[in-house]
Amino acid sequence: MLEINLPLIVFAIFAVLAIGGALGVVGSRNLIHGALYLIVSLFGGAGLFVMLSAPFLAAVQVLVYIGAIAILIIFAVMLTRGMAQTKEVVNRQWWLSAILALVLLAVIGIAVVMPVWGPNGSNVVNLQVAETTAGVAELGIALVDGNQYVLPFEIASLLLTAAMIGAIVVARDD
Amino acid sequence: MVPLWMYLLVAAALFAIGIYGVLARRTAVAILMCIELMLNAVIINLVAFWRFLTPQNMSGQAFAAFVFVVAAAEAAVGLAIILAVYRTRKSVVVDDINLLKG
Repeated sequence: MLEINLPLIVFAIFAVLAIGGALGVVGSRNLIHGALYLIVSLFGGAGLFVMLSAPFLAAVQVLVYIGAIAILIIFAVMLTRGMAQTKEVVNRQWWLSAILALVLLAVIGIAVVMPVWGPNGSNVVNLQVAETTAGVAELGIALVDGNQYVLPFEIASLLLTAAMIGAIVVARDD
Repeated sequence: MVPLWMYLLVAAALFAIGIYGVLARRTAVAILMCIELMLNAVIINLVAFWRFLTPQNMSGQAFAAFVFVVAAAEAAVGLAIILAVYRTRKSVVVDDINLLKG
């Protein structure tokens, strides 16, 4: 069985933050509260990235997701005034959606857990994990290396520029 | 080291919550927030598999970074569309936005 150690406790804290925040997003009646719960959930995700030894992605999560996207959503809530408080939070098919989401969770959960704990499972709780990982410098090199990801990198820049111009054109008041 | 299946279960739970929100919530802004939750679950999955399977190879983290870029672009364009719709229809409840309904 699992022994309780410090990484597991920290993981549990961040997992509870992520899932609890997500439940708050889905369940909150007020959209501003939902956006704040979204920040909590994304912060939990950033903690999981740190535990997975991906500090750059954790920083990007805090800067881009929490700093930009969540604030953008709060601005959108404020600009669409009168819409933050709605009487009915969910539509008529909410029970069907809940069943679908639970079935999906059960399928993924069984597929994840069975190879480890199932009757034919390896029962290996800790598979061999490398102690050292490639760091931020390797990621930076990989993103601009001609043999690796320079073309997707440039296309991503183009996508961001196009999305920015498109957002301005669509949202402009004329 | 926390085992891989725990990360996958947390990501699966986030994804399922996001799917429920996308299907059940009534306002477009809430649907967009739930899409962000689902994308975040996908990124957690990608980084977890990168850490446990190929930690010396940067492809997992690079792919996760591209998902971040696409998520940012999607949020910007989606919120711009919501603002444009709100200006013409005075509503962001998706049941009211039925101009293309047959």
